[in-house]
Amino acid sequence: MEITEKDVAHTTSKLRFDDIKKGKVLSVKWEPKLNYAWDNGPALGRYLAELKNGRIIAKKCDKCHRTMLPPRMFCELCWRPTGRWVYVRDTGIVNTWVVSYVDWKAGRLNIEGGVRPFTPAIIEIDGTSKGMGILHLLDEVDPWKISRGMKVKAVWKPVKERIGAITDIKYFKPVK
Amino acid sequence: MTKRVAIVGIGTTGFRATTPDVSYRELTYEAATKAYVDAGIEPKDVDSFVSTAEDFFEGYSIADEYSPDQLGAVLKPIYTVPGDFIQSLASAYMMILSGIGDISVVQGLSKASNMLSLSEMTTFAMDPIYNRPLKESPHAVAGMEMARFMHESGATREQCAKVVVKNKRNALDNPLAGHGVLIDSDYVLNSEVISFPLTQMDISPHSDGAVVVVLAEEKTAKTLSDKPIWIRGIGWCSDTPGLETRNWGEAIYAQMAAEMSYKMAGIRHPRSEIDFAEINDEFSYKELQHLEAMRICRKKEAGPLTETGGTEITGEFPVNPSGGCLGVGNLYELNGGHKVLEVVRQLRGEAGKNQLKDITTGLAQGWRGVPTATGAVAILSN
Repeated sequence: MEITEKDVAHTTSKLRFDDIKKGKVLSVKWEPKLNYAWDNGPALGRYLAELKNGRIIAKKCDKCHRTMLPPRMFCELCWRPTGRWVYVRDTGIVNTWVVSYVDWKAGRLNIEGGVRPFTPAIIEIDGTSKGMGILHLLDEVDPWKISRGMKVKAVWKPVKERIGAITDIKYFKPVK
Repeated sequence: MTKRVAIVGIGTTGFRATTPDVSYRELTYEAATKAYVDAGIEPKDVDSFVSTAEDFFEGYSIADEYSPDQLGAVLKPIYTVPGDFIQSLASAYMMILSGIGDISVVQGLSKASNMLSLSEMTTFAMDPIYNRPLKESPHAVAGMEMARFMHESGATREQCAKVVVKNKRNALDNPLAGHGVLIDSDYVLNSEVISFPLTQMDISPHSDGAVVVVLAEEKTAKTLSDKPIWIRGIGWCSDTPGLETRNWGEAIYAQMAAEMSYKMAGIRHPRSEIDFAEINDEFSYKELQHLEAMRICRKKEAGPLTETGGTEITGEFPVNPSGGCLGVGNLYELNGGHKVLEVVRQLRGEAGKNQLKDITTGLAQGWRGVPTATGAVAILSN
């Protein structure tokens, strides 16, 4: 695999790309092949299946009475199996959020060129216990007008495009 | 006087080639629940936890962070050892010796079925500058070691095949094992060549599963359990990673780890002072190589002893009565955990059809697999 000029450009190495290109230094590039097929198990499995149906499902602990999202087969605090499955709403409030000028690879977004900053948020979903919810994205809102406690609602992908993944929800948008 | 520490609880899911019905969370939860019930404790009684995970195997970077929930270890002292389970066991043992608490817990897990690019992941463990560009298969490393070991020890392919036949036969009577079959030596010798002299049947197929073990300081152990299994010695060791410079014939890492554990346990003559062993047999020849490295056999003796049935369940020194990695499955970081589990089941008299008679001391050994030269040994007594 070739090392490109771009690979070298942003490193702190004193190497110049030319050194590599002309073979003045040995270069090795190895892209690991890391493929996994994780078994989701009954809790996460049903959570994802319900997202495909356009619904959010949680699971309750009968001891501490928390309604937990994402759902799990056991309560990690009470150390006992969880009980009932319960559907919760696809609305909630913003717990915390960020206005990000970089993407997930720390690459700079062209904000000056009109690209909207990336606005990930922790959303406490209505019907779950305090502090439980979904990490997702906010959109259809001015990034600088997002506020703590703001009410939001899921914007779902069209039924045909859903695959049983967290991205079946496109993003959350503000509601009155 | 040094404190004494015992294993007072064990729990496992058993081991199968695939576990599509559960995630790693439910796997560990099942093993942990069983271990806590076995020990008569709840997670709140535990002072510290050690989990075992290797990021590339789990598919998470900093896989450590995903350990607490399914162990009941949320907001408790916990850390992860990226090594063999027996290295985690050593860590949990030391926590009790150092006075951090009276009860500690060790966890290990394999979800090998979820790793779709296992061979590439193992190749990724080799040196990127002077090994990887040659694109060796991990099995080539094992094949080269097998060839060198056979040359030095005089062990034959037939004797290695006998290890496979024995262990896969033992696994048939172990309900926890997932790869038991009845075959003869010819079947092994004629199986597909992978890296000659290594054939397909010389290689352990992988398995999924989880093991959780509860340790307690002597006073607590005696109140919790009427069958405490004492940790008498423990050792671990790593040879140089250099494939070019390591000792290919003798598994020095296993020798040094064993000697460390023998010294702690006051064992001078392992063959007569230990009754049986669960040792790493990830590849058939490793059982023979490890037996000689750990002085259970003299040099050049492991092959003939195996050939004449000396390591069978009915033999003079039973080796891998559980079925070993060949019969139970390769569990990666959990390999040593399975060995510890089976030694404890034997010493408690809970090994069912494979139960050995009149035993007091067993040896459990782990190896981190190719291309590593790291091993760990625990000496356990009832």
